[in-house]
Amino acid sequence: MSVMKIKKFSFTYAGVDHPSLKSITLPIEKNKITALIGPSGCGKSTLLRSMNRIHDLYPGNKYDGKIELLNEETGKFENILEIKKENEFIKLRQKVGMIFQKPTPFPMSIFDNVAYGLRIAGIKNKTELKDRVETALKGSALWKEVHDRLDKSAMGLSGGQQQRLCIARAVAVKPEVLLFDEPTSALDPISTGAIEELIVELKNDVSIAIVTHNMQQASRISDYTAFMYLGDLIEYDKTENIFLNPKEKQTEDYITGRFG
Amino acid sequence: MEKIFQKLSLTSATLVFVLLIGIFLTLYSAAKPAIDEFGFDFITNPDWNKEVVLENLDDEAIIDEDDVAIADEDDAEIADEDDVILDEDEMLLDDEDETATKTIYGGLVPIVGTLLTTLIALAFALPIAMGIAVFLAEIAPKNISYVVGIAIELLAAIPSIIFGMWGLYYFAPIISDLFGGYQVSLLTAGLVLGVMILPFMAAITRDSMNTTPAVLKESAYALGATKFEVIKDIIFPYSKVGIIGSIILALGRALGETMAVAFLIGSVFVLPQKITDPTISIPVAMANNFGEASGLGESALFYLALILFIISFAVISLAKFYFLKKAK
Ligand SMILES: Nc1ncnc2c1ncn2[C@@H]1O[C@H](COP(=O)(O)OP(=O)(O)O)[C@@H](O)[C@H]1O
Ligand SMILES: [Mg+2]
Repeated sequence: MSVMKIKKFSFTYAGVDHPSLKSITLPIEKNKITALIGPSGCGKSTLLRSMNRIHDLYPGNKYDGKIELLNEETGKFENILEIKKENEFIKLRQKVGMIFQKPTPFPMSIFDNVAYGLRIAGIKNKTELKDRVETALKGSALWKEVHDRLDKSAMGLSGGQQQRLCIARAVAVKPEVLLFDEPTSALDPISTGAIEELIVELKNDVSIAIVTHNMQQASRISDYTAFMYLGDLIEYDKTENIFLNPKEKQTEDYITGRFG
Repeated sequence: MEKIFQKLSLTSATLVFVLLIGIFLTLYSAAKPAIDEFGFDFITNPDWNKEVVLENLDDEAIIDEDDVAIADEDDAEIADEDDVILDEDEMLLDDEDETATKTIYGGLVPIVGTLLTTLIALAFALPIAMGIAVFLAEIAPKNISYVVGIAIELLAAIPSIIFGMWGLYYFAPIISDLFGGYQVSLLTAGLVLGVMILPFMAAITRDSMNTTPAVLKESAYALGATKFEVIKDIIFPYSKVGIIGSIILALGRALGETMAVAFLIGSVFVLPQKITDPTISIPVAMANNFGEASGLGESALFYLALILFIISFAVISLAKFYFLKKAK
């Protein structure tokens, strides 16, 4: 079952005359991990950033097609490209969280970082905040390392810890979908392993789309893989099919390392 | 080669300290006579260049009673005028009665004037500068932000004497219409000073806001933050260092500003009772009085200069200390 349906989606950046994404059709399956792979510049980040409309922070971009998100309450799909009001954007982003390439701890304490999304969502009750921060940190395998210094600045954590903090921060608001844009590309192998493990665990609660240029990572953790090239979706299938039995020549060339 | 550079940079670094200490010592030695004469009472004494009878205080009391029957403390102004008359009398009497007088100098009025104008300037400029910076960095479209940004930088480059004249001819009448009182006053000087420090506070703050990494802002938006929340929770804390830096620079400029304030503060050695009263600041007192000052009067001006030096130094160290502690 899908949680998101991208349908004939095209995207053109402001001031650019050609589209960076061309008629992409792709589902994001519920409680699964979908990997977006492809050579640098093929549009993976552009696609991911359309799924929570973070692009809209910058004016002048053009969308075409549909991106539908499942409304858990009504069971119906709603086109997120029709969103215009600020409060609707807020709701969308609370449902569709995002983790970036580099860790982005806010200049505040560890606790306040994780509580941030909850506080701006209007949760003021101290015990509720404490409980949800603790749950999120435990769920992000960070609790043991930071439980005795929650009031210390998040800037003092290591890169891997900071990235897990960002995951905890995103998880705390209980999103339905989490978007990861190369979340381990700035980390060492051990931290990378920890984050991969964490992402696999998270899929029990959320549906995940992850951009990665590391094909081993895609094959290790994802259930579905989409291969993109120059703004086109070349092939989408179960991960094992993509890696063991690709249908398209371009996919095969890419995963066997003949280009990219 | 490297060694030469090392030596060169070391020398120039030492030079800065030598200069600092040198200025302090020069000021101190020039102020020494006044310091010896008036001590710390200088700071709390509101009288500048006032003749007082040196000895025979009883005599003075007698004269007081003779000439003015009702020299009440309440009627300070009247008493002052009487004093002047008295002084003339004394001068005439000097030869006969041999009443020695001396001139005393107190720094309270210019010290208060300097601190209050600076405070008014900062209170006025800070919120507006922050508002402009937020507008330029986060709200305005790029092209508008660019044009307004250039205008602000130009404003920051206007010489202070032009601000002084503009303030006197156009701003001062408006102020006195709005708030009553004198055209030249603490308030007028403070507000124009505020206008002067506003542009570069806004420009520096905008620049440091612009250094907030885009991904940091995006991370907050991605959690469902509004623009206001991103500005308040991410951009302001992130650019705190730059903002405090701009405040320090603004303070430094406001404390030492002479020309604009000279036009607008009224330049009278009178302790202001209201914000709309004229008074004087340390730099203006120095600029206005150095020409005819000599002896103790000149030394007293150096004493004032020393105090300004210490105030500036203290304010800036305090701000730096605060910011260092906060930034950790
Ligand atoms: N802000 C932007 N403005 C204009 N073009 C952009 C912008 N960001 C990315 N692009 C272009 O869009 C294409 C896709 O970029 P991106 O989605 O970042 O690729 P990927 O994440 O797969 O490496 C590239 O050709 C890139 O140059
Ligand atoms: Mg990318």
